[in-house]
Amino acid sequence: MSLANAAAIPPETTPKSGGNLERVLSAGQFAVTAELGPPRGCDADAVRRKAQLLKGWVDAANVTDNQAAVVRMSSIATGLLMIAEGLEPIVQMTCRDRNRLAMQSDLLGAAALGVHNLLCLSGDHQSKGDHPGAKNVHDVDSIQLVAMVRGMRDEGHYQNGKDIPGGGPRLFIGAAENPFADPAAIRPYRLRKKVVAGADFIQTQLIYDVPRFRAFMKKVVDLGVHEKTAILAGVGPVKSPGMVRHLRQNVPGLAVPETIDVRLEDAVKGIDDKQARAQAWRNEGKRICVETIQQIREIEGVAGVHVMAIEWEEAVPDIVKAAGLRQQPRG
Amino acid sequence: MIVAEKKPLEAVARMLENYDRVLAVGCGTCVTVCFSGSGKEVAALAASLRMKRRIEGTPLAVGEGMVQRQCEWEYLDPLADQVKNYDAVLSLGCGVGVQTLAKRFPGTRVLPALNTLFMGLPTEQGVWEERCQGCGNCVLDKTGGICPVSRCAKQLFNGPCGGSQNGVCEVDATVPCAWHMIWERAEALGMTEALMEIEPAKDWSTSRDGGLRRMVREDLRAPREETKEG
Ligand code: SF4
Ligand code: SF4
Repeated sequence: MSLANAAAIPPETTPKSGGNLERVLSAGQFAVTAELGPPRGCDADAVRRKAQLLKGWVDAANVTDNQAAVVRMSSIATGLLMIAEGLEPIVQMTCRDRNRLAMQSDLLGAAALGVHNLLCLSGDHQSKGDHPGAKNVHDVDSIQLVAMVRGMRDEGHYQNGKDIPGGGPRLFIGAAENPFADPAAIRPYRLRKKVVAGADFIQTQLIYDVPRFRAFMKKVVDLGVHEKTAILAGVGPVKSPGMVRHLRQNVPGLAVPETIDVRLEDAVKGIDDKQARAQAWRNEGKRICVETIQQIREIEGVAGVHVMAIEWEEAVPDIVKAAGLRQQPRG
Repeated sequence: MIVAEKKPLEAVARMLENYDRVLAVGCGTCVTVCFSGSGKEVAALAASLRMKRRIEGTPLAVGEGMVQRQCEWEYLDPLADQVKNYDAVLSLGCGVGVQTLAKRFPGTRVLPALNTLFMGLPTEQGVWEERCQGCGNCVLDKTGGICPVSRCAKQLFNGPCGGSQNGVCEVDATVPCAWHMIWERAEALGMTEALMEIEPAKDWSTSRDGGLRRMVREDLRAPREETKEG
């Protein structure tokens, strides 16, 4: 396969967004992002609490958009609550719930309210969520969404090609990639497609199988894609053997090697107390995560890590500290 | 073909609650091939309805009719004499057939006995699968003859989502991932290069989203003559 497309990768123009994540990445620093799941109701304090746990420990935090096709507080609204707490949001947007009109108007609004980062996703299918009878949209796919936002920002036009009065939203554009999904051969090329479309940064699916990720990154580096985008490797601490089973069964394309089960088993050897076992598992889960970060850091083309500790935000500072990424929160 | 399945007997019976005489009409094309609306299905449904209503003490007279294609006017004309003798027509055709009958017989209630599912084909004995959503701007040339609109649960145009695993779709493990198939076919035909191009956002105005669709062939149009549907 040729590299014909590589020439079409958009040239650098900085700063694109004026946000913190872009600043950190363009300074060549190893970036750290995390994830903040919005509440299922309208409890703003729940967002504020989580934001305070992450604030200063990460450069920005993703805020999910009806994650797993379950209705939650809007990602943009949650993002505003985060900004008020001093935590920069990476607003996620799926193609499942909005057509191009809704997407563009929401992005104009988000940018006007101070959002700097956007992560473009296809979105989990609604059949897996809490409203399986919903109609899905998929007017554009995730790569078309990236291209649309890039056009809004860099060309100052809507998807229809018409000028946006006053110019488009200054957004740092992200996309996701699952290095372990099938067909394996297409993955590095699909990643390149996202970058050609305009992805400034990429966050990967959770990585537990480092050798497999290394092989994937080798291809990505051979294609030269890492020079045109910042690749943040997804990691996350496991809490228990049950969570490992859940990840294996329910998250497509997630490769969790057996060594993780062995380590969790060993961690609770000789411990009978239920609570103490749970604690031992969690500690071991964080240790595995820290080691994974250290291994991943050495891989060429990796510009940062994305720490996903779902409903376990308090683990993030521990992991960031133990991995030697920062010793205290940054102001 | 258009694939349709039988509505549950209870649902059909409920529609007929207020009628004493109904004409069940099958269709000899698509729904006959998919075993939902042939003469045999008409007879079976008629027998079940008669028996149910007899047991309930409110007998129902069910006539049986059959046309070659419910979606073409000329095939419906011979039904006119039969229809006169009934309070309602129960169509075992697809949604197009039901609507054609309703238009042709404006004074008679026409009711659907089938749920129309999709445009598709049999993939094995007893299994039918969707193949086309009539998007109005076919992209099969770019996707190796495999439709991403009808066969990818997320209607992706630029490759498989992150949930594609072992060749099956993340939404349903019994369904092959359309993009896995597209990629394999492109590899087999030495055409993967084409899949590296970014496919821009689709213009859905030719699809259902553009409102009622109509095909006009001026060269075939009868001058000034009103069409029956018009
Ligand atoms: S691309 Fe459109 S017209 Fe072609 S098979 Fe798919 S839905 Fe039908
Ligand atoms: S797994 Fe394949 S068919 Fe299913 S939604 Fe993803 S790309 Fe489409």
